[in-house]
Amino acid sequence: MIKNTTTRYGLLTIIIHWLVALAVVGLFALGYWMVDLNYYSTWYQTAPNIHKSVGILLFTVMLVRVLARVFQQKPVPLEQHSALEKKLAHTAHYLMYVGLFIIMLSGYLISTADGRPIEVFGLIEVPALGSFVENQEDIAGEIHEYFAYGLMVLVLLHAGAALKHHFIDKDQTLNRMLGRNKDTTFKKETEENL
Amino acid sequence: MNKFLKSALLSSAIAGSALLSTMASAADYVVDYDGAHASVNFKIQHLGYSWLTGRFDKFSGKFSYDAANVAASKIEMTVDTTSINSNHVERDKHLRSDDYLDVSKFGSARFVSSKVVDKGDGKLDVIGALTLHGVTKTITINAEKIGEGKDPWGGYRVGFSGTTKIGLADFGIDANLGPASTHVELAIHIEGVRQ
Repeated sequence: MIKNTTTRYGLLTIIIHWLVALAVVGLFALGYWMVDLNYYSTWYQTAPNIHKSVGILLFTVMLVRVLARVFQQKPVPLEQHSALEKKLAHTAHYLMYVGLFIIMLSGYLISTADGRPIEVFGLIEVPALGSFVENQEDIAGEIHEYFAYGLMVLVLLHAGAALKHHFIDKDQTLNRMLGRNKDTTFKKETEENL
Repeated sequence: MNKFLKSALLSSAIAGSALLSTMASAADYVVDYDGAHASVNFKIQHLGYSWLTGRFDKFSGKFSYDAANVAASKIEMTVDTTSINSNHVERDKHLRSDDYLDVSKFGSARFVSSKVVDKGDGKLDVIGALTLHGVTKTITINAEKIGEGKDPWGGYRVGFSGTTKIGLADFGIDANLGPASTHVELAIHIEGVRQ
């Protein structure tokens, strides 16, 4: 139930998936909104603090996610999926993981370039490693921004593909990630084995 | 020797000696950036409650100066706007963005003097054109000579301090930082090494 099987996503995978989805879309929206805040906005200081705090928490969740992915078996792709779909999905997943880590890392490098730690909701401090290149905050800032836009394109493709599978192909792709798949493959296998 | 030749010789001698004396006393100086005996600082009020200070870490400049003829002095300085440093990278990043200095478009600020007024007692007004954020305006820097003389390493130096106040909106920087923070005060300390 908690762990993946060859036909189902386990609860851990499902919870992490939707938690990360919520955080990523939320962080993007927050980031997009907060950079244009008026100096006298009450959110001028709180919004960036929330953005950084959630970003750090997301990083820890993503570390767990990568470990969970490495040490768990992965459900096999649905048989309705074409070879091209499998390849595209795999590439998109890979790019989202890499992109997300680049965005989180570059975000960290912006705020810590002068040696200031990042406070997570005022509770813990993530220490700074300082500056590695000149004008690190600017370079990291551009990477953070452009990769965030790039990630959003991937997110749209990913979500669009999931909806396409659900409503057009009417297969179990989205249901599997919602934890309510009918486990068709499994059933079939069991029937065959009987 | 006829009268004409005499006067011609005399006037050229006068002109020559005048030229020599100018060359001897109005010396050219390079602002000692390499040895960091110069700084370009700014301060602006924060909410009207305190002063926020910062500086530009990179700049260059040269000037000519003659203690006997201060009004003939000239100075030009160029400041690398990307080098703004207020001791907080998140703020510096924001100050470099198009909300403020827009350094990707306007990577340098420049001051070229057009006139120097000797006010006596080591005080001088340096009037000139400041180009900042792509806008050129005439400003006056209230300057003061700090001192001059030989340095211990065989060179000759002279140093000045100057202050001026500029309006952000005058230079097309429209960010609203509040009523107490519409102007920035610049404080420039330079030491020139005679060339």
